[in-house]
Amino acid sequence: MTSSSVKLINEAGLHARPANLFIRLAKEFKSQITVEKDGVKVDAKGILGILTLGAACGCTITLEADGQDEKEAIEALQELVESGFNE
Amino acid sequence: MFNGIGASPGITLGRVKVFKQDLYQIEKRPIIDCDQEIIRLIRAFDKSKEQIQALYDKVLQEVGKDEASIFEAHLMILEDETLMTEIKEKILIEEINSEVVVECVFEKYIEQFKQIENDYFKERALDLKDVANRIIENLLGIIKTDLSNLKEEVIIVAKDLTPSDTVGLDGEHVKGFVTESGGKTSHSAIIARTLEIPAVVGVKYILKEVKDGDFIIMDGDTGKVVLNPEPEQIVLYENRKEQKLLAKKVHETYRDQSTITKDNRKVDIAANIGTLNDLDQAIENGAEGIGLFRTEFLYLDQSYLPTEEEQFQVYKQVAIKMNNQPVIIRTLDIGGDKEIPYLNMPKEMNPFLGYRAIRLCLNQVDIFLTQLKALLRASCHGNIKIMFPMISSMEELKQAKGLLDQAKKLLDIEKVPYNDDVEIGMMIEVPSAALLSDQFAKEVDFFSIGTNDLIQYTVAVDRGNENISYLYSEYNPGVLRLIHMIIKNAHCEGIWVGMCGEAASNEKLIPLLLAMGLDEFSMSSSMIPRSRYLINNLYYEEVQRLLKVLNWSEGSKIEKYLCGRELDDIK
Repeated sequence: MTSSSVKLINEAGLHARPANLFIRLAKEFKSQITVEKDGVKVDAKGILGILTLGAACGCTITLEADGQDEKEAIEALQELVESGFNE
Repeated sequence: MFNGIGASPGITLGRVKVFKQDLYQIEKRPIIDCDQEIIRLIRAFDKSKEQIQALYDKVLQEVGKDEASIFEAHLMILEDETLMTEIKEKILIEEINSEVVVECVFEKYIEQFKQIENDYFKERALDLKDVANRIIENLLGIIKTDLSNLKEEVIIVAKDLTPSDTVGLDGEHVKGFVTESGGKTSHSAIIARTLEIPAVVGVKYILKEVKDGDFIIMDGDTGKVVLNPEPEQIVLYENRKEQKLLAKKVHETYRDQSTITKDNRKVDIAANIGTLNDLDQAIENGAEGIGLFRTEFLYLDQSYLPTEEEQFQVYKQVAIKMNNQPVIIRTLDIGGDKEIPYLNMPKEMNPFLGYRAIRLCLNQVDIFLTQLKALLRASCHGNIKIMFPMISSMEELKQAKGLLDQAKKLLDIEKVPYNDDVEIGMMIEVPSAALLSDQFAKEVDFFSIGTNDLIQYTVAVDRGNENISYLYSEYNPGVLRLIHMIIKNAHCEGIWVGMCGEAASNEKLIPLLLAMGLDEFSMSSSMIPRSRYLINNLYYEEVQRLLKVLNWSEGSKIEKYLCGRELDDIK
């Protein structure tokens, strides 16, 4: 189990194009990955869960991965969020 | 025989394909073998994925990335494991059929999304609805009319067509469309003109009369639709179609010429564009510039305000592609029928008379300055001109110009280059601006007459109201006099005048507008060759005689006269 907390700095938060990018990247890993915000935990590979989090700019989210490539997964996702989704 | 509104020119005859948003009935059934039911569910999901993937590929290739992204969102919904698990579990627990469960689970998310005051979520709610319908149709084995993958040539008959109905429309096989609702400026009409297929809109009650496979003749010029025509009517139409095709070939030869009358009066024919995709079409059709670049798409296609840099890149691209030909970029024109949800604009009783276009920009100065800075920066890369929409008073124009100066000062501080002499123009679409055009002409470098709104405001008719659409007429002599006055006032001050409304490509009006002295005609790209052919075969001196209609009192008589001769009526 690997986890890390990261702050959303891009304007759109975890919505629209950034949400698509995030999910696509999460799907590249075999591990089970979840995103948690304010006690609500959702699957990182599903669009509906991610959207219903309502994670806007400035929110902090916790990423959690469990599986053979969990470390790489968390690292990659964290980097994407911290880069502001290359906006 | 039906009468509608000709919305996209051309005559065609063919078989009817009725496009219906089929309403299916779902009934709750107990399920004994749940595993079998889940297999059925997975099959429907797979089939939906295949269909959407095919749509995505097609749209991406033929239309563009922006239009394809809607189907990408649909695919992501279908690939959501959590959603699938939720549906499977519900089938196992409640032991009822998939259709009901799919509808119920999707409905839950749709409701959740609708609660959120944000346009992005409202759009996703629509996506969910679309995807749910598709899955249920696949479960029930309903074959829905798919406009993107037709096997034979058809004429589509529908109540109305939404953007998602027409996205990826198979232009190869769709020979035309007829809709019950909508006017000349409705989405279906605009799409038809873009694809260059004939369209007739506003044909009331036609769906009651037609069925799949009926034969119809439709004339996108006159708005006439003939259902199951007699042999002699078919012969007549075939002949007219033949003549039109010949004419089209002739028009094409005008594609790369400049626009000049037989007695050497030079005018410009420019293109109206709304996205970067339209730009290639404008160049292909021989536009002598961009007479109207609508910048709304930059704001409407995303869930946040476009940054200065994003806008700069787009404007720069257009300027470079047009290779020093004029590119008139209209500053943000929203409100009315175009809303930007993330700006949280209050709902208004009269949006067309409300907080929109320049009124919004002068109030939300930061949005406006961002756009002006991007425009100024792009002005170094080509022949960009800036145009303000919806100006109705001198104070607004002066304020807008003041903000442009402020944008220049900000760029000076940042040491970013821009063209200090960038030309400024304004749209004239409000009667008060038309009446004050002698004063405005002292303050700007050019006018562009926006007839769609000018007509609506002058004759006080809501463009979208079908009950009074007969009053919405570019032939109303009051409207024509205003246009004439604007042109005269502009020329007195030595500035040029263009027109970027539908009237600029109306072949009955072009000779009169030419006679009035209009300098630039801006229109949908597909109309350019034909309009150029018309102008290049006129004598400026000879059309002057048409100006007498400005003294006539009835628009219907003016229209008849400008038609020259009545087209053969099919009895």
